Parts: sequence; structure tokens; C-alpha cells
Amino acid sequence: MNQYPIMKIKNLSVEYAKGKPAVKNINAEIMNHTVTAIIGPSGCGKSTLLRAMNRIHELYDNINVTGEILLDEENIFRKSPIIVRRKIGMVFQRPNPFPNMSIYENVLSGYTLNGIKLKKSTKNEIVQTNLESVGLWDEVKESLQKKGTFLSGGQQQRLCIARALALRPQVLLMDEPTSALDPIATKKIEELILQLKNRVTIVVVTHNMQQATRLADSSMFMYLGELIEYLPTYELFNNPKNKKTQDYISGNFS
Amino acid sequence: MNVRIIKDKMMHAGVVFVTLCTLVPLFAIIYSVVAKGIGQINWDFFTKVTPNSMEAMLAVAEGKVIPGGVLQGIVGTLLIVLPATFAAVPFGIGGGIYLYEKDNSRLAAVLRMIVDMIQGLPSIILGIIVYLWVVVPMKSYSAIAGSVAMFIMMLPMIVRSTEETLRMLPNNLREAGLTLGGTNFRVMMRVMLPSAFGGTATGILLAVSRVIGETAPLTLTILGSANVCYDPREPNSAVSLLIWEFYNDPNMQSLIWSAALLLLVIVLLLNLLAKKLSKG
Repeated sequence: MNQYPIMKIKNLSVEYAKGKPAVKNINAEIMNHTVTAIIGPSGCGKSTLLRAMNRIHELYDNINVTGEILLDEENIFRKSPIIVRRKIGMVFQRPNPFPNMSIYENVLSGYTLNGIKLKKSTKNEIVQTNLESVGLWDEVKESLQKKGTFLSGGQQQRLCIARALALRPQVLLMDEPTSALDPIATKKIEELILQLKNRVTIVVVTHNMQQATRLADSSMFMYLGELIEYLPTYELFNNPKNKKTQDYISGNFS
Repeated sequence: MNVRIIKDKMMHAGVVFVTLCTLVPLFAIIYSVVAKGIGQINWDFFTKVTPNSMEAMLAVAEGKVIPGGVLQGIVGTLLIVLPATFAAVPFGIGGGIYLYEKDNSRLAAVLRMIVDMIQGLPSIILGIIVYLWVVVPMKSYSAIAGSVAMFIMMLPMIVRSTEETLRMLPNNLREAGLTLGGTNFRVMMRVMLPSAFGGTATGILLAVSRVIGETAPLTLTILGSANVCYDPREPNSAVSLLIWEFYNDPNMQSLIWSAALLLLVIVLLLNLLAKKLSKG
């Protein structure tokens, strides 16, 4: 597949309070149709970086961002956040299907929330395709009108992925998508991530280094807000250049 | 026996005892209101207006039930509480959303203070204020004035319950809506408010059940009426106000309890419904 950098992060810094950056001067390029993992100890800024990528950090006051993030050569900070978020979907740590909506409505919620009206047949098609692509269709096709919150945690998380995919995003951001799930559900989500990279570029924050080695084509190691190393995953784990990376992956600090 | 088990059993007995103690007054109240009020509850009670003092006195002297009922009070209560509710719900929910969204703004702090102050305001003072604002300019006591007073009383309760319920929703729900490209407004209307329905509806019902029993502000705003009146610009009656009027008329004593029973049943039902809704 023809690979090119779909996202370019240039001199990105994020400050929660003046003079106290949580993310410092990051430069990185993310290739399309790859899985990129962001690893690092708690508080290193990996979630902050991820949340800047679809500007969801703007929900909170007093967060100051400098630098650029380019999606297809366009600076996302110069565009409407609504358009940006439609192109860059997100999946959260805890599965969060909308409790007021059925499974069917949850998959379509991206369209509802954008005020897009669809024909009944188009709706059915979108629901079926996207539930199929997360492997949930056979499990829920008899109960599409039930509330999404009736599903198990792993199923809920796959529903949330289907909901994000329904808008056909170019990039999917995942913030520790399996840390609230049991091993079997985790395995399913991981298999799903590997399948999905043919359709969408995935950036995943994870605490679990094995998960990064299983999933990611390349990995970023962050420490105290800085991007210490960004290499193909195999390289990063087997031949890290930096002492800090080495210490972290060998479990000398966490 | 083990000392820990004995201690545990004693604590358990203590808790049960204290619980029973709190239940006794509730059931005593319900019992006496039902026992004294049930005698007057008949078809006429709901379909006829209150008799004059003379008719009541004659009936009591002959040992019969007092003829007539509280129809004008039922009509009045509906005419006052319904418009107040319809007005208070959108404003209350709107205010609750504002406090939730603009949590830290100065206006939110001021609004929150005002809401708390109104909630703590003695209802009789509210009655005097509405008398000054509505009754005096209109040159008449009226159901409208009563509605205004009830509206002001309900508003803070609905504002606060909406705000609290929204706050209890997980924050990532809102983030999930926004990451799908929803605007703040659409996420609020399509996700947050529907998810908060149980709590908000409970707040509304509790606000209704609270104002439906209010009497003091009504004496200063609707005055009272012996006849059914559908014109909101005219003085009107209310069930709670009738209880007060019956109390002041020695011939109407048994109607006090029947009207009280009616009010008690309505309030209990509203509370039970609220409880059911809050559990979803």
C-alpha cells in the first residue's frame, strides 16, 4: 500500500497552566494505514497528546496549545473542530455507548449529532456494515433496539468503535481502549485493531507494552512530556537508542 | 457467643428500632388524615363547590355529611400549578444547563447564589413580593398571580436538579458526543439531557408536589373563591387554601380532613412516581 504521512505533528506543546507544559515540543509523522502506539509512564503526557489530535482538549478552559498538527497537510487548529473530529474519531478508556440510545441509534449517533438526515435503507446499511466490521453484527442483530448499555463491556467497546467508524474517519484515536476489559474482550479488540488498519490510521495510547508490540507498526515513547524516541516498534523494543527507553521497557521504572 | 457478633446484633437492632421510630409519625399522619377525612369523600366532593356555612351547619346538626365538595379548589389548583409548571420547566432546565456548562463563570456564580436564595426564601415573603408585582398593578387578586408565585418557587428546584443530574453523568459521555463531531448544543439535546431524563423529571415532580401544598403565598395572590372560576385574571381558589378556609369556619371541620386527604394522596403519588422515575 502506498504509504505517506497522513498526520504531521510540528513543534506541538500543550500547557495546562502557564509555563508548565504537559507536552513539550513534539515533532512526529504518522503514516497512513498503520497502527502507532504511544507508551510511557503515567503522567508522561501521552493522553494529552492524543487528546490534542482531535482538539477534544478544548473542552477545558486554560489549556494552551502551540505548534501545529497537520492532517493531509492542513493545520487542524485552523479548521472547525467539528470537521476535524468527524475526520479523526476517538475511542475511550471506558466503553461509553450513549445510555439513552439503542444499539441501532448508537451506531448512527455520529449522523444524528451532525444533524444529517438519512433514508431508512441507508441507515440499515450503515448499521449493518459497521457492526459487521467490528464483529458485533451476529451477536446483536436480533436486539438492535435494545439499549447499548445492556451489552457486556467488550461488546460495548466494539459498539463504540462501530459508532466512530460509521462516520468514515481517516484517523481513529484510542485512549487505552482495553484497560477496562477482560483478557478475552481485549484479544477481540486487538484483532479488530489489526483488521481495521486497512481502512483507517490508528493511534493508540497504551499502558501495556506487550500490547504495543502486538499491535503497533511504530511506537512513541514519551517521558515527562517529551517524545524520547519514535521508531518502528520492533526497533524500539529491541534496540532502543535512549537510556530512558531502555529502562522503561525493561521495567526499571514505571 | 463472640463479642463481635453480639455487638453486630445490637447495632442491627438499634438501626431497625430507629428506622421504625421515623416511620411511626408518617403512618400516624396518614392514619389520622384517612380516618377523619374518608367520611366526606364521595362523588360530590370532586364535582360540587363548597356549600355556604349555613348549609354546612344544618347538615352537621342533622348528623349528615356536609353537602358539596372542593371543585373550585381542584380547578384553581390546576389553573395555577399547570401554567407555573409549563413555564418553570424550560426556564429551569435552561438554567440548569447553563450552570453545568459555564461552571466557573462569574454569571454562573451569581445565578447559583440567586437560585439558592430564592430556594431559602420564606414562601410568605414571596407572596408579598408577587402581591406587589402582580396583584397591585393588575388591581385584582388572580390565578395568574398565584402562578407567578408558584413559578418562582419551582424554578430553583428544577435548576438545581437539572444541574446535579447532568453533573452525575460520566464526563466521557459528553466527550464521546463531541468527538463524533456534534456541536455542544446537539450533544446536550441528543445525549446529555435524554440521559439525565430520570433525575430531571424527578426534580420537576418534587417541585410540583412541593408547591401544590403551598398556602401562604396563595392567600396574598389568589385570595379565594366560592365558585369555580376559569378566568386566570379573576381571584381563584386552591385545595390548600380551602383547608385554611375550612379551618377558620367552625361548621366546615370535617371538610378540612377530606381536603387534606386529597392533597396528601396527590403529593404521595407524585413522590412515588418521582422515585420510580429516578430509578429509571
